[in-house]
Amino acid sequence: MTDLTGYPRADGRKGIRNTVVVAYLVECAHFVASKIVAGFPDDDVQLIGFPGCFPNDYAANMMDRLCTHPNVGAVLFVSLGCESFDKVRASTAVSESGRPVKTLVIQKAGGTASTVEAGRDWVRGALGEIADIQRVPMGIDELIVGTVCGGSDGTSGISGNPAAGKAFDMLVQEGAACIFEETGELIGCEEIMADRAVTPELGQALRESVQKAERYYATLGYGSFAAGNAAGGLSTIEEKSLGAYVKSGDSPISGLIKPGDIPPRGGLYLMDVVPDGDVRFGFPNISDNAEIVEMIASGAHLSLFVTGRGSVVGSAISPVIKICANPETYRALSDDMDVNAGDIIEGVRSIEAVGQEIRDLVVATAAGAQTKSEAMGHREFILTYKSFAPIGPACLPAA
Amino acid sequence: MTGPFLLLHETDNVLVARQTAPKGLEVTLEGRTLTLSRLIPLAHKIARHDIEEGDKILKYGMPIGVATQAIAAGEHVHVHNIRSDYTPTHALQDADGVSAGVAQ
Repeated sequence: MTDLTGYPRADGRKGIRNTVVVAYLVECAHFVASKIVAGFPDDDVQLIGFPGCFPNDYAANMMDRLCTHPNVGAVLFVSLGCESFDKVRASTAVSESGRPVKTLVIQKAGGTASTVEAGRDWVRGALGEIADIQRVPMGIDELIVGTVCGGSDGTSGISGNPAAGKAFDMLVQEGAACIFEETGELIGCEEIMADRAVTPELGQALRESVQKAERYYATLGYGSFAAGNAAGGLSTIEEKSLGAYVKSGDSPISGLIKPGDIPPRGGLYLMDVVPDGDVRFGFPNISDNAEIVEMIASGAHLSLFVTGRGSVVGSAISPVIKICANPETYRALSDDMDVNAGDIIEGVRSIEAVGQEIRDLVVATAAGAQTKSEAMGHREFILTYKSFAPIGPACLPAA
Repeated sequence: MTGPFLLLHETDNVLVARQTAPKGLEVTLEGRTLTLSRLIPLAHKIARHDIEEGDKILKYGMPIGVATQAIAAGEHVHVHNIRSDYTPTHALQDADGVSAGVAQ
């Protein structure tokens, strides 16, 4: 039983937040967009955007998905005017989703000051307009939950990630869609993961996604492995991978998606975040927030973030629940951490008990409780160039 | 008694520190009592028994890399004596978890 409620959206999905998003369409409009947002310190108004000037299908798709995410109630686009981003198409997509939308073009609106003024006027109106949306009952089986790990150390794979995996098992059992990711951090796990696929064809697709990641990172020269991982006791990418893999839990793997693909039903999904084709745009994900943003684009209402070294980030659009794997880090950064999985290392609580706490916190956060990073105003956001081929026919469960 | 060290899987040849273990600590590994030759920070690994150059390093019962030199029982197992079978590891000078004051 749950008394969850959500904001109903025209596409049938429900949001757990009702955010006004201000989106810059090129870095040249970033400052003006951020000044608009700064006028609303006490309202749920958040900044996102794409910095590049050149058109890219991935960026357009990601911005569409983010701006029509169920947690978003209204969208203001801020354009410089000469960038290549197709703002007419983007604003049509948002408008067709039933949300209030407006585009301001700085070159036509009279520059910085007048665009900021016009933007703040519009946001004020939009906040009033969406404040009337009534929450309706929502089931756990309508939730999409993502998980990432970042700032990992040798504790992540022993405490925080297994506990997140237990929470995932419970949520999948209750009908939620759960997404785990970073094929570049599953190198070495491909065979055991393929065995969990619901069909042999999906198993092969999972295996190939990791092999692609291995080739991609080999070309770059080193893996998805930060220097701090080594200081924290991790020696190799496959050691990091095995620790990260356990956050997927024990459920069968129902599907393989790419950023922006929305899970069609409950179950466990792997997100392939490594671009297809030759290495063209550098590192697949240049920081943890890039992965969080991609899971949000695939509909994640909230994300679990397991850290050993101690990340403090949140995210725009969807709340982040931070699970600290390392008891020493927890003591140092407890104001930033929602869950102390370090208890498992110290023998105070079981993996199951911490998993239950995480599952309960997911439901409480969905019901409106703020996470630590959310309450402090963390709204990190990053989106860079990538390119993907569509997923293959074996990747999704039958509708 | 392996003290503060955790065996994650019965086939593993490394143990993981569940708390920072000081230099000089006596640890009993497979019936032999050894003394740690250096501080082992939380979540770092030591050899459970003698490991030969070229041996697979097993953690969680699965290979996490290969020994680049012989490693004696009780020694720190890390980027200085094992390497990935996939892509090389990028580390800074504080990779030992001690030199920059981390994990203390």
